[in-house]
Amino acid sequence: MALALFGAVESGIIYAIMALGVYLTFRVLDFPDLTVDGSFVTGAGVAAISIVNGVSPIVATLMAIGAGFIAGCITGLLHTKGKINALLSGILMMIALYSINLRIMDSPTVSLHNQPTIFSQLRDMWPAGLDSFLNGIFTAIGSERAPATWVIVFFMIVVVLVIKYLTDYFLKTEVGLALRATGDNKRMIRSLSANTDNLIILGVGISNAMVALSGALIAQIGGFADVSMGIGMIVIGLASVIIGEALIGKRTIAIATIAVIGGAIVYRMVVTLALRVDFLETGDMKLITAFIVMVALIAPRILQARKDKKRRLQKRAALGQVREGA
Amino acid sequence: MLHVKDVAITFNEGTPDEKKALQGINLELHEGEFVTVIGSNGAGKSTLMNTISGNLVPDVGEVIISDKDVTMLPEFKRSAYIGRVFQDPMAGTAPSMTIEENLAMAYSRIRKRKLKPGVTKQRKVQFREHLKTLNLGLEDRLNAKVGLLSGGERQALSLLMATFTNPNILLLDEHTAALDPARAELITNLTKKVVEDHGLTTLMVTHNMQQALDLGNRLIMMDKGQIILDIKGEKKQNLTIEDLLKEFQRIRGEQFESDRAVLG
Ligand SMILES: Nc1ncnc2c1ncn2[C@@H]1O[C@H](COP(=O)(O)OP(=O)(O)O)[C@@H](O)[C@H]1O
Ligand SMILES: [Mg+2]
Repeated sequence: MALALFGAVESGIIYAIMALGVYLTFRVLDFPDLTVDGSFVTGAGVAAISIVNGVSPIVATLMAIGAGFIAGCITGLLHTKGKINALLSGILMMIALYSINLRIMDSPTVSLHNQPTIFSQLRDMWPAGLDSFLNGIFTAIGSERAPATWVIVFFMIVVVLVIKYLTDYFLKTEVGLALRATGDNKRMIRSLSANTDNLIILGVGISNAMVALSGALIAQIGGFADVSMGIGMIVIGLASVIIGEALIGKRTIAIATIAVIGGAIVYRMVVTLALRVDFLETGDMKLITAFIVMVALIAPRILQARKDKKRRLQKRAALGQVREGA
Repeated sequence: MLHVKDVAITFNEGTPDEKKALQGINLELHEGEFVTVIGSNGAGKSTLMNTISGNLVPDVGEVIISDKDVTMLPEFKRSAYIGRVFQDPMAGTAPSMTIEENLAMAYSRIRKRKLKPGVTKQRKVQFREHLKTLNLGLEDRLNAKVGLLSGGERQALSLLMATFTNPNILLLDEHTAALDPARAELITNLTKKVVEDHGLTTLMVTHNMQQALDLGNRLIMMDKGQIILDIKGEKKQNLTIEDLLKEFQRIRGEQFESDRAVLG
C-alpha cells in the first residue's frame, strides 16, 4: 500500500511537468490546447527512438523538448496565422501527431529494455550505501517494502522545482507579463505594443515542450514508449490543475504553480487508491479520471453555496426572520 | 505630428448593410494640440480613432505619425507612438494582474520586451510616484489585482498607463462616458492635468458638448463620416453650445438629431 502510494507520488511528480504545461495554456493563455495528447507521445517517442539509436539519454531528452516545442508552435501558428479556432487547432495537431509519432517511432511501441536512460545513469552515479541507509529508515517507520531507488525521486523533485521556479520567473519578466496579459485582455496588451500572435505561439510552444519533457521522462522510467500512451493526457493535466486550484488555490503565480504540482500528485494517489477498490479495473482509469475532474469542478461550488446558505440563515435567524429556502 | 490624409472606410461594401463610416477625412494635428471631437452616434468618431491606432486599415488614404507613413503598420507596432484609453473601463487594463504589473506592461510600450523582471524595486518607486498624482491612494495598493478596482479607479489607471511614457499621440474615445458624474469629472480633471503636464498631442472624443468646449484648444465636429466643423484658437475659447448647434444646423440644414449629444 505505502509502496503503491510512493509510486504514485513518483509518477505524479513527472506528470506534474505536463500539468504545468497545461496550466500555461489553459489558465495563463486562456488557450484550450489539445495538442497535449499528441506532443506527450512525441516527447516519449523522440527520446526512446534516439536512445535506441545510441544518442545519450540527456541529449535524447533535450531533443524531445525541442520536438514538443515545434509541435506547440505549429498549433499556435494554425490558430494565429491560420485563424483556426483554438480547440480545433489543437485537435488537428493532435490527430496529425498520431501519424507523425508512428513515423518517428517506426512501430507502435519502442522498448528501452537494457538501454541506458537518465534514470539508469543516475542510479549508477548514486552511492550504493545511501539507498540501503534510506531504506533502513523507511522500514523502521513500518512500511512493508521500500522503494527501489531514492535517487529518482530526489532527482525528479529537483527537476520539477527548477521548472516551477523557471516558470514563475518567466511569467514575471516583461515578456511573461505580456504573455499573461494576452490571456487576460488581448486588446489592451496590443495597444501596449505587444505582438499577441507571437506570444501565443511562444506560449503554446513552451507548454508543449514541457509536455514532451514529461513524456520523455515517463518513457525512460517506464522502459518504453507507446503510440497511444498520450490518450486522455489533456484531461489528466486539467484534472491536476483543477484539483490543485481547489485544494491549494491560485492567489499568486507561485501558489498556482505549486498547486498544479500538488494536484498532479494528488490525482495519481486518488487513481492508485481507486484502482485498489475491488470492482474497478485498470481499464476504468479514464472513467475515474473523468469522475475526479467532475468532482473537483462541482464540489467547490456546492460547498460555497452551502456556506452562503448557512450564513444567510444565521443572519435571518439573528433578526428573527424565517423564510423557506433562503 | 499626426496627419490623416484623404482617409475613407466603407464597411460591408456592396451589401444592403453598406456603411460609409469615413469619407475623405483630412486632419492635421500639430505637436501639443489638444483636439476635442464631437458628433452624433455613428458619425465615425470611433472609426477614425481605430484608423489612427491601427485597429482598422483605411480603404484609401494615409496615416502619418511624426513624418512616418504608418498606414499599413499593424496596431502593435504603431502603439509605440500611441497612448490609448477606451470607453469601457474594463478594456484598458488586465484584471487578473496587479497594479504594478499593469504599469510595468505600459512601461514596456516604448521598449523591446526582454526576459528581465517587469517589476523591479527601482520601477516600483517610479510607479508609486506616478500613482500619487492620481490622488486615489493607489500608490499603497501596488499588489492589488486590478479587477478589484472600481470603474473610475481603473479608468484613472488606464489614463496613467497611456500617458506616463509620453506618447506622441494620445487617443481618448469617450473615456468618461461609462462613469457616474462624479467619477467622470475626476477623470476629466485628471485628463486635463496630464495633457497639460506632458504637453501631449491629444485627440479626445466626447459626447459631452460642455466638456468639448471646456477642454482643449481645438474642436472638430463629425457627421456622416466627415469633419464638418473645425474650430481653433481664440474662436474655440469663446465658443458656446448655442454656437455649435447653430453651426451644425447651418451646415447640415437639419435638426441636430442626437438628443444624447444635446443633453450631455
Ligand atoms: N466593424 C464594423 N462593421 C460594420 N459597421 C461598422 C463597424 N464599425 C463601425 N461601423 C459602423 O460605422 C458607423 C460609424 O461608427 P463609429 O465610428 O463607431 O461611430 P461613433 O461616431 O459613434 O463612434 C456606424 O454606423 C457603425 O454602425
Ligand atoms: Mg464611438
